[in-house]
Formats: sequence, structure tokens, C-alpha cells
Amino acid sequence: MPKKEKVITWVLRLITYSIVVIIGTILFNIVKNGLPVLSWEFLSQPPRRSGAEGGILPAIIGTIYLVSGAIIVAIPLGMATSIYLTEYASQDRFNRYVRLSIITLAGVPSIVFGLFGLGLFVIFFGFGASILSGSLTLAFMILPTIIVSSEEALRAVPLSLREGSLALGATRWQTIYKNVLPYALPGMFTGSILGVGRAAGETAPILLTAAAFFLPKLPTSIFDQVMALPYHLYILATQHPEVHKVLPKQYGTALVLVLLVLTFNLTAIFLRGHFRKKYKW
Amino acid sequence: MLKDKVIQYVLWGSAATSILIVALIFIFLGKEAFSFISEPGIEKLFSSRWVPVSFTLEQFGLYPLITGSFLVTILATIIMIPFGVTGALYISEFASNTEREFLKPFIEILAGIPSVVIGFFGLLVLSPIVKSLFGLNTGLTAITGALLLALMAIPTVISISEDAIQSVPSSYKEASLALGASPLQTSFRVVVPAALPGIIAAIMLGMGRVVGETMVVLMVTGNTAKLTLSPFDSVRTMTATIAAEMGEVAFGSSHYAALFWVGIVLMLITFGLNVLAQQLLKKYQMR
Repeated sequence: MPKKEKVITWVLRLITYSIVVIIGTILFNIVKNGLPVLSWEFLSQPPRRSGAEGGILPAIIGTIYLVSGAIIVAIPLGMATSIYLTEYASQDRFNRYVRLSIITLAGVPSIVFGLFGLGLFVIFFGFGASILSGSLTLAFMILPTIIVSSEEALRAVPLSLREGSLALGATRWQTIYKNVLPYALPGMFTGSILGVGRAAGETAPILLTAAAFFLPKLPTSIFDQVMALPYHLYILATQHPEVHKVLPKQYGTALVLVLLVLTFNLTAIFLRGHFRKKYKW
Repeated sequence: MLKDKVIQYVLWGSAATSILIVALIFIFLGKEAFSFISEPGIEKLFSSRWVPVSFTLEQFGLYPLITGSFLVTILATIIMIPFGVTGALYISEFASNTEREFLKPFIEILAGIPSVVIGFFGLLVLSPIVKSLFGLNTGLTAITGALLLALMAIPTVISISEDAIQSVPSSYKEASLALGASPLQTSFRVVVPAALPGIIAAIMLGMGRVVGETMVVLMVTGNTAKLTLSPFDSVRTMTATIAAEMGEVAFGSSHYAALFWVGIVLMLITFGLNVLAQQLLKKYQMR
């Protein structure tokens, strides 16, 4: 390779790796400052003196509630949609409208989902700012992620498996149920995990529909407001009267949130690689 | 068979939900924004002052919010293009297999870091750097937000550009190499031009992410609603305005309705970017 080419290739490499260095810096900063704060007390106690002391238990539990609610709604709905789109719908007008809707949903800003949730669930249905409103809002936000990745998993199953089953006289649903889903389901769940990770980290949609900064007791029904990790971090970092004093708590909350979301994402990335190797058609 | 029919209808119903949600988003944004048209009047949105809380005269001009979002988005786009496109090109054309297996998941991790954490990092680490580097009074400026937003959009740009680069037929490359062009010449003169529509679509989808991002701009751009195009000024974006003000507003007030108008403008911008990007991608896939 001539010298000039070598230099340019190195420049490309340098630019690419600078992204890696920046990501590394962010993660290192959070881990270095957050790790000393992590303790059993921090994870298992409610906050005291509006977050200046104590832990973040209610925020962890709140995030788990919100995410679970979103999963219960979004995963069945998303998987059913992807099955319909790949296995039933021909390229008709309905199919096109559904696809356009999914693309639109994928692009809707998260704060607009918040406005929508506020208008529909909080006010119109009268659910108030609650776990129910927040979960439903998050569910619709992650729906496109789940649909798109489930479709990918369904398409990866070879056509011959369907044709063989249909040729033997099985109905369409029997074919899907017995011959397609068993191979596609792992991939479908993997894609869904990515959506779940996103739901856990989002702040804007729950800002208007579910989150409260400080609640003395844990929620007891789906109509209660909740604390949530991303919202807790936002308030501690920007709205707290003693912002500098609570800095360690901010780092601790950030680390717990990052760990939670990365666990979801790394699991998905790992499983995806695993299934790609397992099923090679 | 009856069971098959029932299942088919259930699946159809699920698919129809997506259409229903999009319709409901438009309906409910419109419903809450509607009252603004008669009182105080839609023309009030077309002015250059946003002063929603005032004892004398409340003003709901969207211009400073739109320029705020515009400024941050343009800056972020300028920053993300070299990194995103170079990253995609390097990963798909030059990286060894081992490098690729490390780089791709690592960049996916970036996509997974919650925006509030990026904003937190920006507030504590980046904004002091920006402040001292440019000798400003505050580090909470448009450029601070743009740097972080560019970072957040890079994974989107890389993964979609990479798809576009990968789907350039290998015969193009082989022909170029057979004619004696070097790998680098082939990349820049054959592969990139062939993948260009896909790369442009990737950039547009990245811009869509940037326009719609809320937490980072809320935390690091200073939130001053003024008409400016200087990267070193504090700005207030549309998303940050909704997030910051919706919590304190009285339901049904003019201010409340105005915030829904902000949402409608935001929705239309991202919708337009998305549809345009999809058209480009579709054209590209047909080849």
C-alpha cells in the first residue's frame, strides 16, 4: 500500500476509535464515582431528607413496576403484530398502513409520547399520574422496537419449513405454532429485551405520566404514582436544593441505572450471537 | 377452521393497534391544543417571544423554541456526520473480524446508555470543559448539547450506514479492484457513492433522534428562550420546553394548550424526516 493510503486508513481508524474512547470515558467516570456509593444500605433503604441521605429502593422498585407493566402490554402486542405482518398479510393496503404507522411510532419523540400519555391516559381515561399511565405510555414507545426485531426473527426461519407443513395438510396457524414459532421465539424475545432496556432508561415519557420525586411509602396499586431511577437522577442533578452535597447519591443512582440497562442490552447482544450460531439454515 | 379464523382476527387486531395509536397521538395532541385557536388565537404562536408566565402579558411565540431546536440539531448533525460515516466505513470495509466483533457491540452499548445519564455526564464533566475552553460565562450552551446529542445519534448513523455499505453489490468492488484501483480508492469512489442514499437516510434518522431528544438538552443547554444562532448561547429547545413547563401548568390554560402546539410542531418535523428517510431507503433497496 502506498504511504498516503496507509495514512488515510490510520485516520479512519483513529476517528472510529475516538468514539470508543469517549464511550469508555463516560462509563469509567460513572463507575469510578458511583462504585464507592454502592452499598447494601443504598440499595435497600428509602431516601431520607429528600434524597440527601438513605438509599434509592423506591426508585428501583418503581422502575421495575413501570418496566414490567410495559412488558406485559408491549410484548404480546408486538409479537402478535409481527406474526400477522410476516405470516398473514400480503402486500395489501392494510399492511402498508401498519408499516407506515410503525415507522411513524419509531420516530415519535419520547416527550411527545409523554404528552400523548398525559392527554389520553392521565386525563381522558382518568388514570391520573400513575404506574398504569406510565407503563402504557412506555409500552407504546417500545412497540416498534419489538415488532421490527420480531419480524426479523420470523423472516430468518426458512420458507421450506412452512411449505413442508402446509403441504402435509396443516392449517396456517398449526404451521406457525408448530413449525415457525419454536425457531423464531428465542430471536423474538432477544429483540424484545432491547426494547425493555430502552423503557427502563427513559425519563421524558414518565415525567408527565407517572413519576414523583419523593414518596414516603412504596406504591400499593397501579393507580399510585411511583419514583423511578432516571427521574430520581434528573431531580438530584438539577432540582435539588443541595445539588453538590448529593453528588455521591447522583453518581450512585446513575451507576445503578446504567448497570440495569446494560444488563438488559448485553444479555440481548449475547443471546443474539448465540442464536445466530445455533440456527444456521 | 374456526380456531384459525379467530386467531387470525386477534393477530389482525394487534396489527391494527399500531395504526390506532398513531391516530390517537394526532387526535389527542390536537384535542388538547384546540382551545388555543379561539383563545388567545393561533396567530400568537407566530412571534419571537416565549414568555408563558407573566403578570402583564403572556406571550407564546414559538420562534425562539424552533430556532433553539434548529441550532442544536444542525450543530449536532455537523459533528455526527464525520464520526458516524467514517465509523461505518471503517467497520464494514477496513476493520479485521476481531476488531469488528469488538467495535459493533461496543457502539451498541452507547446506544443503550440512558439519555439522562449522558445529560448528567454533560452537566458535570463536559460543560465545565466547554466553559473554560471557549472562555464563556456558562458551560450550558447550544454547543454543549450538540456535542452530546451527536454522540447519542452516532450509533443510529453507524448501524444504518453500515447496512447501506454492506448491501453495495460486491461485483462493484471487484470490478473497481480488477481495474487496478486501490482498496481506499474503491471505498471512496465506488462504495460510498453507491451507498449514498442509505447514508443520507441514516443521517436523517440520526437528526430525527436529535430533534426529539429531551433530557440532554433540558440538562445542558441552559434553557433560555431567546432568538439566537450562536453556538455559545444558551438555548431552549421545543422538547425541553415541554418537559420543563408541563409540570407546573394549569390544565386547560393557554399555556397548557401552547405546549401541545409545541408537541404538534415537533411531531410534524420528526414525521417528515422519517418519511423522507424511509423513501430514500426504499429507493435504495430496490436497486
